[in-house]
Amino acid sequence: MKFGVVMFPGSNCDHDAYHVISKVIGQPVDFIWHKDTELDGFDAIILPGGFSYGDYMRTGAIARFSPVMTPLKQFAADGGLVIGICNGFQILCEAGLLPGALLRNRGLKYICEHVNLRVEQTDTPYTGCYKEGDVLSVPIAHGEGNYFCDDATLAELERERRVIFRYSEPNGDISDAANPNGSRNNIAGICNRERNVLGMMPHPERASEGALLSKDGRAVFLSMADYLRPLLKPVLNKAA
Amino acid sequence: MITPELLAQHHITPDEYERIKQLLGREPSLTELGVFSVMWSEHCSYKSSRVHLKRLPTEGACLVQGPGENAGIVDIGDGWCAAFKIESHNHPSFIEPYQGAATGVGGILRDIFTMGARPVAAMNSLRFGPIRDADVNDATENTSAKSIARNRRIMAGVVKGVGDYGNAFGVPTIGGEVLFADCYSFNPLVNAFALGLVRREQIFYGKAEGIGNAVVYVGAKTGRDGIHGATMASAEFDEAALEKRPTVQVGDPFAEKLLLEACLEAMRSGAVTGIQDMGAAGLTCSTCEMGARGGTGVELDLDKVPQRETGMTAYEMLLSESQERMLCVATPGRERQLLEIFERWDLDAAIVGRVTDDQRMRVFHKGEVVVDVPNAALTDEAPLYYRPMAETAAVDATDVTPQVVAAFNARPIKFSTKASLKAAQNRYADLLTELLARPNLASKQWVYRQYDHMVRTNTVVLPGSDAAVIRVKETRRSLAMSLDGNGRYSELNPRAGAALAVAESARNVVCSGAQPLAVTNCLNFANPERPVVMRAFSETIDGISEACRTFDVPVTGGNVSLYNETEGRGIQNTPVIGMLGLIEDAKHITTQWFKDAGDVVLLLGRTNNDLGASELCHALTGQAVGAVPQLDLAFEKNVQQVCLQAIRGGLVKSAHDCADGGLAVALAESCFAHYGATALGATLDLTEHLQASGINDLVDAEARKLALLYAESPSRIVLSATAESVAAIQALAAEANVPCSVLGNVGGDSLQLVAEGETLINATVNRLEEGWRNSLSSYLDRTQARAA
Repeated sequence: MKFGVVMFPGSNCDHDAYHVISKVIGQPVDFIWHKDTELDGFDAIILPGGFSYGDYMRTGAIARFSPVMTPLKQFAADGGLVIGICNGFQILCEAGLLPGALLRNRGLKYICEHVNLRVEQTDTPYTGCYKEGDVLSVPIAHGEGNYFCDDATLAELERERRVIFRYSEPNGDISDAANPNGSRNNIAGICNRERNVLGMMPHPERASEGALLSKDGRAVFLSMADYLRPLLKPVLNKAA
Repeated sequence: MITPELLAQHHITPDEYERIKQLLGREPSLTELGVFSVMWSEHCSYKSSRVHLKRLPTEGACLVQGPGENAGIVDIGDGWCAAFKIESHNHPSFIEPYQGAATGVGGILRDIFTMGARPVAAMNSLRFGPIRDADVNDATENTSAKSIARNRRIMAGVVKGVGDYGNAFGVPTIGGEVLFADCYSFNPLVNAFALGLVRREQIFYGKAEGIGNAVVYVGAKTGRDGIHGATMASAEFDEAALEKRPTVQVGDPFAEKLLLEACLEAMRSGAVTGIQDMGAAGLTCSTCEMGARGGTGVELDLDKVPQRETGMTAYEMLLSESQERMLCVATPGRERQLLEIFERWDLDAAIVGRVTDDQRMRVFHKGEVVVDVPNAALTDEAPLYYRPMAETAAVDATDVTPQVVAAFNARPIKFSTKASLKAAQNRYADLLTELLARPNLASKQWVYRQYDHMVRTNTVVLPGSDAAVIRVKETRRSLAMSLDGNGRYSELNPRAGAALAVAESARNVVCSGAQPLAVTNCLNFANPERPVVMRAFSETIDGISEACRTFDVPVTGGNVSLYNETEGRGIQNTPVIGMLGLIEDAKHITTQWFKDAGDVVLLLGRTNNDLGASELCHALTGQAVGAVPQLDLAFEKNVQQVCLQAIRGGLVKSAHDCADGGLAVALAESCFAHYGATALGATLDLTEHLQASGINDLVDAEARKLALLYAESPSRIVLSATAESVAAIQALAAEANVPCSVLGNVGGDSLQLVAEGETLINATVNRLEEGWRNSLSSYLDRTQARAA
């Protein structure tokens, strides 16, 4: 099994993602340069957070044209695991791998703080180690995390159970007060119809170690490893 | 032909011009005059401050690189070093808050990675004019309604500028300070701090070595922005200040991020021998400084410099302060590899010159020599001024306690709608609630929520505690850091104020479990041509030196910002101390918040009659005056050592420095909710501490109580521990002759403070916390809404 972390110019959570995979869940991982044109040998690809190309035009709007996006689309079509975190989520939306768009936070300010996430679905490669309804403490750090899509798309996402994480109260209740950025239906993370591509604004890699405030996000990566290699289970339980 | 008018425009005095002609043996060209004007500006030459800075202690066991390089460097063990520095960007931030602050952050980050270190933490120390409606007072311009509104815009712009740059670059902004006073209305202070990590053997220096080696320019193209920025930052402001906006540079954090990765890769590759960023005075400064440090010369051909616009003159190119640019010297034979690395990162790079052996800065443009000056003339030979100083510093020694008490007694008893009737009758609780909501003491969450303080996943103590702490992933170690300064103290007593700032920053890192290691400082003052200011500056140096010697921490560098003065309205003396501390073992990391009900609360140190210059004094009398808190450095060191020993002995569950606002404020802060942990009350009896303190002999009962709750005596630390640990902590304190009183226990949802049988404060933590938490946004979010 091998993970890959794409380095776009302006990515700044690439080292954090690399650290979680290599040091925290102890799996093989390599960086992937944005100018690379093939992705042989990878089983899961992480599009990390940051400000690709400065995000001067529209978040992710330039990154979608990076050479690496062509093989990435094929990789996803072939069922490979692709997770976009924060800027990575924005890029996946711009690239059409996920529906909708991330608008400016309704407060018009960048927000960096821990929020509560309710796990909505566990039948994805990213949430297999969670229980439905689990409430996680995971940080957000973004100025454009306000998930928007039209009514039809929203209905489809809900109907197909593709909303994976929602901003919630500590007790799991979904309220407007618990919605930090104005996202429709408190959406924090969604997946594609095939459920192998996930985009989420919160940063699970920042909540994966005891030394940090929360390790609730670690199971996202453990779930991926678990999905890619079921044999990992015993190790997993120990870690969880 | 150089006319007196030209000299005036360049802020070059007739004497200085004579010196220039003498050093050159001829008249300078206009371009050379421009070069001299920026290199001899206060900002670059430190001509007023250098003679005093020499007195700072710069020796220490951990020291790897002291003052004189782009940043100071200390050894943190296991082969790792920390490069850190603080720098001011005050003038630009007044003219254009957003870009001024952003480029301040960009500049300090370049100073760090120029040394080969990857920036892993940033902090900033900010000072603004008042922002509360209650502060409006048209008696002075600093507090006119117009100024209050402007102060809010400046603060909102500065915070957004700091955030947008650091967030995009990918460095966590993990702490700092934000304070308010009238004098900063027309002179806001933006001091940016950054820290980076580097393997000891991979440190790089800003030296041009190897005669004939190629000099390579990399980064953003050179444009006309920021011309004479350094000169602008070396003069007072007048009405026309805002017309200087063109001298403020525009930041591009994306370009800086590419520059960082490209430079670190280039350094690792071995294709670079020396490197320096282009900050103030741009191409000029990096060229002559690298030559001077290397004992060589540097020859530049401006036609090869990547340019953003056409038709730029040599004068403009040399003085441009376009951001995100570096100058480096290539390893012989590796030039191509170096250019390839930069190309890989989509950066403009070009060979623009070579290292020579004649110790001169020589610049060609369109085939002509436009500058030919000895490096020394621009650096070591720059003017040094022993500016006239007032005989003695003006020190306020009055005891203001009587006025404070009188003002307190004159207060009508308020029946605030928020509080319950019982609480409203509690005058001390009302006062505490008020103090906690004052911008100086209120929560700074409105600010740090806009900063990414977690990127790089090293931030093990998030903003809000005494010091910020990051882990060093490659080791078991962690680094604690704190920025501290108190303009009120330094204005009323420069020497004591400086020492108090060093003591507090050391106390803050100690409370987080760290051993103070080294200091960087940013000295913000008004016009040095005023003898009283120069005297205050000199006293400040001595205050810092004395304190640093006591704590055995070297000063590794820093920055001086003078002429913080607009239309004769100068700032308070504002030295800001950046203290770096080392935590050898992660299990010693400590925060200020109470942890568990039932824990015992202890207080190290004594409370003296230190209401002078206090937040309480300002709140009640409208001005912060009087004698500043008394500091006994030896005693301070003992208190800190007891705290650190107790932490390392695993005896302490929380430690909180007790300073601004006084004991009641510190205790309330330890109760507050934080990061998912709910608020915890405490029931405490201060009698034992009162009787062991200097205020015990105050005759006036009211004075005793107010001093007990709100005096800002230094050398005090609030600890909490399990009942089993108390005896051991008391033993440590007794050994060091440090008073250590048991105050009571953590628990419940109220903070209850009793002294000599009287309940002084009994308020729910939620009530105390509400105003504290919402204060800043209640003033700033409205303005944002209006602006939007």
